[in-house]
Amino acid sequence: MKGITRHSGNAVLMLTDNINTDQIIPSREMKKVSKIGLSDGLFANLRYVDAAAGGRTPDPEFVLNKKTGKDASILISASNFGCGSSREHAVWALHEYGFRAIIAESFGSIFYENCINNGIIPVTLNGASIAQLTDALTDRTPVEVDLEHCVVSTENLSLEFSLNEDKRQMLLQGNNAIDLTLQYQADIEQFIERDKRSRPWVYEFTDTSTA
Amino acid sequence: MTAQTLYDKLLQSHCVRRYDDGSTLVLIDRIMLHERTGALALANVAADKRKIIEPSAVFCTIDHIADTRPGRPLQTRMPGGEVFIHAMRKQTKDLGLTLFDIDDPQQGIVHVIAPELGIALPGTTVVCPDSHTCTLGGLGALAWGIGSTDCEHALATKTLRIKPLKQLRINLCGTTPPWLTAKDIILHLIAQYSASRAVGHVIEFCGPVIDSMDIEQRLTLCNMGVEMGAFTALIAADQKTADYVIGRTYAPKQHLPLAKTHWLSLSSDDGATFDSEMTLDVSDLAPAVTWGTSPEHTIGLDSAIPGALHDDGNTDTTRQAAQHYMDVNPGQRLTDLEIDTAYIGSCTNARLSDLRRAAAILKNNKVAAGVKAICVPGSTQVKARAEAEGLDKIFTNAGFEWNESGCAMCFYAGGDSFGDRSRVISSTNRNFEGRQGPGSRTHLASPETVALSAIRGKIADLRQHYGRDV
Repeated sequence: MKGITRHSGNAVLMLTDNINTDQIIPSREMKKVSKIGLSDGLFANLRYVDAAAGGRTPDPEFVLNKKTGKDASILISASNFGCGSSREHAVWALHEYGFRAIIAESFGSIFYENCINNGIIPVTLNGASIAQLTDALTDRTPVEVDLEHCVVSTENLSLEFSLNEDKRQMLLQGNNAIDLTLQYQADIEQFIERDKRSRPWVYEFTDTSTA
Repeated sequence: MTAQTLYDKLLQSHCVRRYDDGSTLVLIDRIMLHERTGALALANVAADKRKIIEPSAVFCTIDHIADTRPGRPLQTRMPGGEVFIHAMRKQTKDLGLTLFDIDDPQQGIVHVIAPELGIALPGTTVVCPDSHTCTLGGLGALAWGIGSTDCEHALATKTLRIKPLKQLRINLCGTTPPWLTAKDIILHLIAQYSASRAVGHVIEFCGPVIDSMDIEQRLTLCNMGVEMGAFTALIAADQKTADYVIGRTYAPKQHLPLAKTHWLSLSSDDGATFDSEMTLDVSDLAPAVTWGTSPEHTIGLDSAIPGALHDDGNTDTTRQAAQHYMDVNPGQRLTDLEIDTAYIGSCTNARLSDLRRAAAILKNNKVAAGVKAICVPGSTQVKARAEAEGLDKIFTNAGFEWNESGCAMCFYAGGDSFGDRSRVISSTNRNFEGRQGPGSRTHLASPETVALSAIRGKIADLRQHYGRDV
């Protein structure tokens, strides 16, 4: 994963609460055992008028099909964005389409972690700040998300956000979480050895001899 | 010593290390996988040349897109879906992982078989790349849904990092009316507190209603914790939990006394503090059914569908859109709506006790003319046990289809669908637009409400079944 320090781009608005991962990518659009090739199915039911029949005729009313949406890379939503199914395909599809930051009042918890793991900055702002931001946007006003200083800005407006420091570092440096954790492999192995003595019942039907 | 919550205790007993930011590296005892997201997690492990630390703690099944028609082939009806099934079979074989394949007597919906086989136990940590993993909190397990990348992390390190979470305790009190199930209670809670109220929280359910609730209903209650936004939901294990778990295939035997002592020690101490607490008196609650496209769009059947205006005078456009999609109007009674389909299935409500309660309603009755009614048992074992009790005959005599186990039409993957604009009363967990097929209109309810509605041909108020004037 590549690190991301700041991102500037066009924003699209989907100011509805509880946009779920079924909407972000319908299950039937997950056709391969793969992380790639998913952006075509992004928001399929909203984006294509004939999506249910497998068609790809754009719905001109949908925000990504408008002039401002084609090259959008920042998505602004409301509360509980990405709730529902755990499917990481939602984040992979958003990333492949070009999204690098999502600004919302809150996020579905699995979706949030999936963003961190895939280089999308999840920016949490309160409702008033999101209203300020959307009021300040006109057609094709670029928005900048600065992860170094934790600031979202557009013309004449600058809003601070907070993000857990370790998660921020993961995004900034593009680290792989498994490699970070494996630094503590000895600790994990010691913990398991102690645990086998204190909770032997957990290990009756499993075997950690390969650990 | 400081008074601890159940969650504090579960976290502490699995804490490999704490980080400066307050997050915890947690040991993962069990990993469950299904073909829809698990096959990909295993592919990523292989592609990244990672090693699975404890293959024997990984349990896999094929549930999401398995064909559920009677006499099914070992395949799927999802166009192109066979690649997921083939990948799962090949990877589990190559890696030496346990797989409950479509024709295995232990196959079933992942969150149904985890308790049924004794894989999920009180006091254990369990993860699965599936959002309804929180179901297992009903046993007192710390279990939560994750993405495929975090699943790869769990496989390769036997740990996951949990960020600091807030804790919410929900006390359920009062006398449970005979028509009220765990499904009704959780739907009422989501309606009252919203689908996002518990974001960033662990929920602990407690109180006299929980004490008297059977284990399978506790699983139902926790199953929909995620629909309130929760990281997960928990219920402390008690003697009933121990009785439920003991003797199951993968439950402890040699060290059982030690295990049981541990399980029963895991409950919140008196004086333990929560970030917030709420209480719901269930005594006067009517059966709950959803009217819209989010689980928070729920009403008790003693109320009418709400308007789109909030108390603050603002119009709720989400509600408006939901009412348009569902073809319902403010002020309307759900019991006036005719249904096209009745569906009993899913990780929420397709365990043996669910089928028994639905069968009690269906016995000596017939599904209304023109209504398609389907029952998909939650696991192959549930199906076999139901058949041994003769429940299948009650379902089929009433006019229900009696199918093989799987996730089936709880969600639409491109195979089976209820059809455009069809109105479905469903014992599942999500009523999102198109969730059960393009244009489908889903009303979530308890299995009993689904059964009674199937007979009446309309959304039915279970209180009538119990002789209450409504």
